[in-house]
Amino acid sequence: MTIILDPTDERVPVVRQITERSGSVQGVVGLLNISKPRGNILLDELDRLIAEGAPGVEIRRYTKPTFAKPCPDALRHQIRDECDFMIEALAD
Amino acid sequence: MIDAAQAFTLNTLDGTAQAFDGTGPSLVCFVKEDCETCNIAGPVLEGLFKAYGGGIEMVVLGQSGDKNADFAQRHGLTMPVLADAGCKASFNWDIEIVPAAFWIDEGGKVVTKFEGFVRDDWQALSDQIAMETRQPAAQIDWDSLPAWRPGCGSKHFDPEIYDKLRAEADGSVLRARKVEVASGDDVAEFMFDQGFSDGLPLVPPTPERVMRMLAGTHRDPQDVVATVPPNMGVGTVEKIAINAVMAGCKPAYLPVVIAAVEAVCTDEFNIHGVTATTMGAATVMVVNGPVVEKNGMNAGLGAMGAGNRANATIGRALRLVIRNVGGATTGGVERSVLGNPMKYTMCFAENESVSPWEPLHVERGFKAEDSVVTVFAMTGGPVHIVDQTSRKPDQIAGSLGQGLEGVFMPKLHNLPVDALLVVCPEHINTLTVDGDYSKDRLRDRIQEVTSRPLSEMVQDDHSGAGIPVADAEKMGPEKLAQLAPKFAAKEYIHIVVAGGEAGKFSSAFHGWATGAVGSISVSRKIDLG
Repeated sequence: MTIILDPTDERVPVVRQITERSGSVQGVVGLLNISKPRGNILLDELDRLIAEGAPGVEIRRYTKPTFAKPCPDALRHQIRDECDFMIEALAD
Repeated sequence: MIDAAQAFTLNTLDGTAQAFDGTGPSLVCFVKEDCETCNIAGPVLEGLFKAYGGGIEMVVLGQSGDKNADFAQRHGLTMPVLADAGCKASFNWDIEIVPAAFWIDEGGKVVTKFEGFVRDDWQALSDQIAMETRQPAAQIDWDSLPAWRPGCGSKHFDPEIYDKLRAEADGSVLRARKVEVASGDDVAEFMFDQGFSDGLPLVPPTPERVMRMLAGTHRDPQDVVATVPPNMGVGTVEKIAINAVMAGCKPAYLPVVIAAVEAVCTDEFNIHGVTATTMGAATVMVVNGPVVEKNGMNAGLGAMGAGNRANATIGRALRLVIRNVGGATTGGVERSVLGNPMKYTMCFAENESVSPWEPLHVERGFKAEDSVVTVFAMTGGPVHIVDQTSRKPDQIAGSLGQGLEGVFMPKLHNLPVDALLVVCPEHINTLTVDGDYSKDRLRDRIQEVTSRPLSEMVQDDHSGAGIPVADAEKMGPEKLAQLAPKFAAKEYIHIVVAGGEAGKFSSAFHGWATGAVGSISVSRKIDLG
């Protein structure tokens, strides 16, 4: 038998549950622009479609300072506190 | 040598387990078959056993494996000879020399102890046992024995044994989880299966190897060097040492790896983004200062690869720390569209001896005698810049500038993006043929020769990259005629010297998103303690 030492941080990942899907969109929908080029074009279109299809839904827009870094904690907490749903525009 | 006897259970010569409970009266002696002095003590031990064996417990602990039987046979030993396999008892009883004798009282206290062979000591021991156990003195021809002989070093000090014993001892400094790999399993395959590897085979990080690695730094194994993105794993010195073992590092390289981990785990460097970007960035490490020679790093011929252990394994160790401690696995947070061979390793030393300039670390505020690692987030390179015919300084400087046009893509200018230019010694010779040619002058020259009118950067049928047509129309002809250099500022151009004496081939690494939006190069002093 050979013994080796664990090279990882030895943490067991937290298993996160996906929020239960209600089947309908209501409340506040956040649209997060991660600051990649043309992400705003996608979000503008989504904004328009949601406003048309679900007129009772409130839409709020958010922007990450840079796509190249994780979302700042303050912004994540703000989105968590203010939104029921979140759509993130990733791509160019 | 310990003052209180410790219990042990070891096998006799026939393989039967025999326990010693750590109490007396008892005589415990450690010997090694090929030790001349132990062989002088052998007949004495048998004499003592014949005289006192009825009233005391007496065991001999052999350090020589199968050869223990030879020792017993040679001296006609009739007392139990136990195999101190792995020398764990020798380690626990803290001996340095064999033979080593311990006379132990009923409570387990060591009353008398000595190492080597001093005839008077052994004779006094015999007299002591006779008196304390009220038995007739042993019949040993003391005059036939030498007055003094030095012993031999205990076998447990052999490096491969000693490091293992230290690693497994109760007071071991190691805290990492021990993973048992069954004897039927191939350790190399097991490590691949566990996802520890960057794709290449790993050196198994056994406790004894990690103990040897930790000897490369004065820092406490549990010191936290950094929290390592993306999972914010706790990067202790021990965890870094484990990954350094797997990468193939020597212990002397560990301080460089530690400094590199510190550097990349800063907010400025943003290793999370460097790892996650689809663009495929990787860390390029440049090492400066005395540690380069100390570790035999390559700054000359073939500096950027391959063939130098220090360059190759230091860069690889950093990458393994990010993978294993930080959790950045390919296809997980690692999202590069094409990948990048620099993600295996990219580390080299600056060739300070042939550079006409201040070394990189001095330029960045450190002392020349400091050893420093500097990390850059780079997406491409090394991309060679070939110019074998320029003979004038401004010509070769111009070629080096034109060689940088490919950063991102040639059409894009005014880039707020780093480049790391590695100038080879022959190009340095041309640059300085008429005298000094400062780094700043070279930077200015690069900006000068790469300057193009903005009109060449408008989106067109050849390429949709660049200035949108609508924006260009608003700018107007005068604005479009303005010249734009390759880089938004000359500070984005980092310059070092490396390479062998022959060959007019410099090279460049192309950057990623530079600055607060992406990554800023970071230097850290290497703690050589």
